[in-house]
Amino acid sequence: MSETVVEVKTTPEQILEMPEEHRSEAIEKGELPIVLAHEVHKWYGNFHVLRGINMEVYKGEVIVIFGPSGSGKSTFIRTINRLEEYQKGKIIVDGIELSRDIRNIEKIRMETGMVFQQFNLFPHLTVMQNVTLAPIQVRKWPKAKAEEVAMQLLKRVGIPEQADKFPGQLSGGQQQRVAIARALAMQPKIMLFDEPTSALDPEMIKEVLDVMIELAESGMTMLVVTHEMGFARAVANRMYFFDQGQIVESGPPEQIFTNPQEDRTKLFLSQILH
Amino acid sequence: MMNREPEQYSSGEVLAPPTERYTVLGWLKKNLFSTWYYTLLTLVTLYILYIVLKPTLIWVFTQAQWQVVVVNLRLFMVGQYPTDQIFRIWVALHLLAFTAGLAWAIWLPRARRIGAFLLFIPLALAALPFISGFSRINWIIFAVAALIGWGLGTWKPKAMRRPLLVLLLAYFPILILLILGIEPILKIVKTNLWGGLLLTMLLAVVGITVSFPLGILLALGRRSELPIVKLFSILYIEIIRGVPLVTVLFMAQLMLPLFLPPQIKIDNVLRAMAGIILFSAAYMAENVRGGLQAIPKGQSEAAWALGLSGFQTTFFIILPQALRNVIPVLVNQFISLFKDTSLVAIVGLLDLLGIASTVLAQPEFIGKQREVYLFIALIYWVFSYAMSYASRRLEVALGVGER
Ligand SMILES: Nc1ncnc2c1ncn2[C@@H]1O[C@H](COP(=O)(O)OP(=O)(O)OP(=O)(O)O)[C@@H](O)[C@H]1O
Ligand SMILES: [Mg+2]
Repeated sequence: MSETVVEVKTTPEQILEMPEEHRSEAIEKGELPIVLAHEVHKWYGNFHVLRGINMEVYKGEVIVIFGPSGSGKSTFIRTINRLEEYQKGKIIVDGIELSRDIRNIEKIRMETGMVFQQFNLFPHLTVMQNVTLAPIQVRKWPKAKAEEVAMQLLKRVGIPEQADKFPGQLSGGQQQRVAIARALAMQPKIMLFDEPTSALDPEMIKEVLDVMIELAESGMTMLVVTHEMGFARAVANRMYFFDQGQIVESGPPEQIFTNPQEDRTKLFLSQILH
Repeated sequence: MMNREPEQYSSGEVLAPPTERYTVLGWLKKNLFSTWYYTLLTLVTLYILYIVLKPTLIWVFTQAQWQVVVVNLRLFMVGQYPTDQIFRIWVALHLLAFTAGLAWAIWLPRARRIGAFLLFIPLALAALPFISGFSRINWIIFAVAALIGWGLGTWKPKAMRRPLLVLLLAYFPILILLILGIEPILKIVKTNLWGGLLLTMLLAVVGITVSFPLGILLALGRRSELPIVKLFSILYIEIIRGVPLVTVLFMAQLMLPLFLPPQIKIDNVLRAMAGIILFSAAYMAENVRGGLQAIPKGQSEAAWALGLSGFQTTFFIILPQALRNVIPVLVNQFISLFKDTSLVAIVGLLDLLGIASTVLAQPEFIGKQREVYLFIALIYWVFSYAMSYASRRLEVALGVGER
């Protein structure tokens, strides 16, 4: 098996040892990565799902992660906001190290938004309540402010008229756009997407991708697990190819599409690009 | 999960699904006599019904002496509750009718016809020949209260939502205050005077209402990551579920005084209530746990990803969905608890069943077991059936089981 060709310039110490004021400034300016994964390993029992993942993402970058089913893409993206634990290595998000400490987990979860394949909207709450719940309960915003922000976001994703409906009354594409608005309502610095269009009918994929492209162009830092290569070509800064718990290859989209280095990448791309 | 908006047909025509129509004979043929063994089964069933029903009906209408029920009606309904205080029970009932009418208008606005039908019940009761004039007037007030509640709810459904919730939450304490009394406004009526259907109802209502939050706590405790809490919850639930209610009732009568300091004396009714609550909480916990388990993992993950704490996730996301899903099961639990309270007669309380034996001890009604037991069985049945019917309607109205 060939060694991974992923180069990561930053070490965890570089970020953690920098005094806090300078740290956030450096991240803001793009001198330090906003997400750093360093030698991350994870096991499910005896099964080694993540086998030394290294990745750095700078502010405003759009990262696309792709690879065969079971390669650990979801597992990895879920370690970033600690929906999954990992056993070895380090992950530093916005200068905060993920540790067992509950407070750090909650801090990081406030800085990251996540969009799931199955939408995971709260079916007993209206669209408006779905979007305002976390700002009101976690950020302690007054209801009026939360609703105003929510309405702007619903306009941004193109469904202001659905605010009083329940998720069950919406189409899949509409539900996923609500999910994006819900994540954005917490004003996160990083957005994580785990196959956001895989559960959608073809005619609804575009409406969700359009929202994501607009978000990318507005400068949001995004990590996206997806096989929508059109999206990757349009907005990704870098792509990472996962296979069997490792990053096999990474690079800008032009390079990945026109000149992939690894045989496994070539084979996989030929399968999904027909 | 992914409900689509209903498609619009350009023609504007919506066709109803075809319904099968039968003549009476056709229906009989299809459902009762379609094959030779169905025919046989039908005939055998009819024969058994004939054997059982004929003598029963003959007895009910020609031989039974219902005097025992008519004379003791008040005992059956409220036990020894002082006659001059019975209006308090009526006030509680009228408030209930008002609340129910309001809730009906707000939550089931489309189920008008059933509502009208239900309204007919108190009026029918008012028309019964053997009840007192006082009860007659009160049944009419009851119907009017329900109608006023319904009218208010229909008139201003949005504005009435909050008052309705307040009423629902406040009803239980108000009920207890009304029945028990509060000096100096309302004379205290000691619990040993509570009896009959009143006591049966109170035991069931208090049992369910108090065991509900306890059951939720136990169910959450059983899923907790704190080992002590988890162990306690599991032990409690499994021990209580492993013993019959009668033993819990005896324990409550005999053991409770051991735990309490001697200056605190609690009476039989309270002890029985404690027993029922402790018993019911274990079952409640298991029902709620079932509802909790049915919530997909993605719900809590989405909540955590938004930064909600574990408590907030449980309180805002998991519990509301779980409880909505277990409403039918909770109603079932209420119905069985309603019937199970008859066991308190064994520890000497005068609930419906307990009253039956005191009535049968009256010298002029010795030997009237058939009439008395048939009558209280009928009461149990009417209430249980009405509740299970109502819960089925509620399920449909709430769309439980759909997403
Ligand atoms: N809770 C778990 N326990 C044990 N094994 C798991 C668990 N979750 C995932 N796995 C396994 O870990 C591997 C990686 O799963 P993961 O969901 O990260 O893959 P993926 O790359 O996202 O695949 P897909 O494209 O199908 O979503 C799979 O083989 C999966 O079976
Ligand atoms: Mg996945």
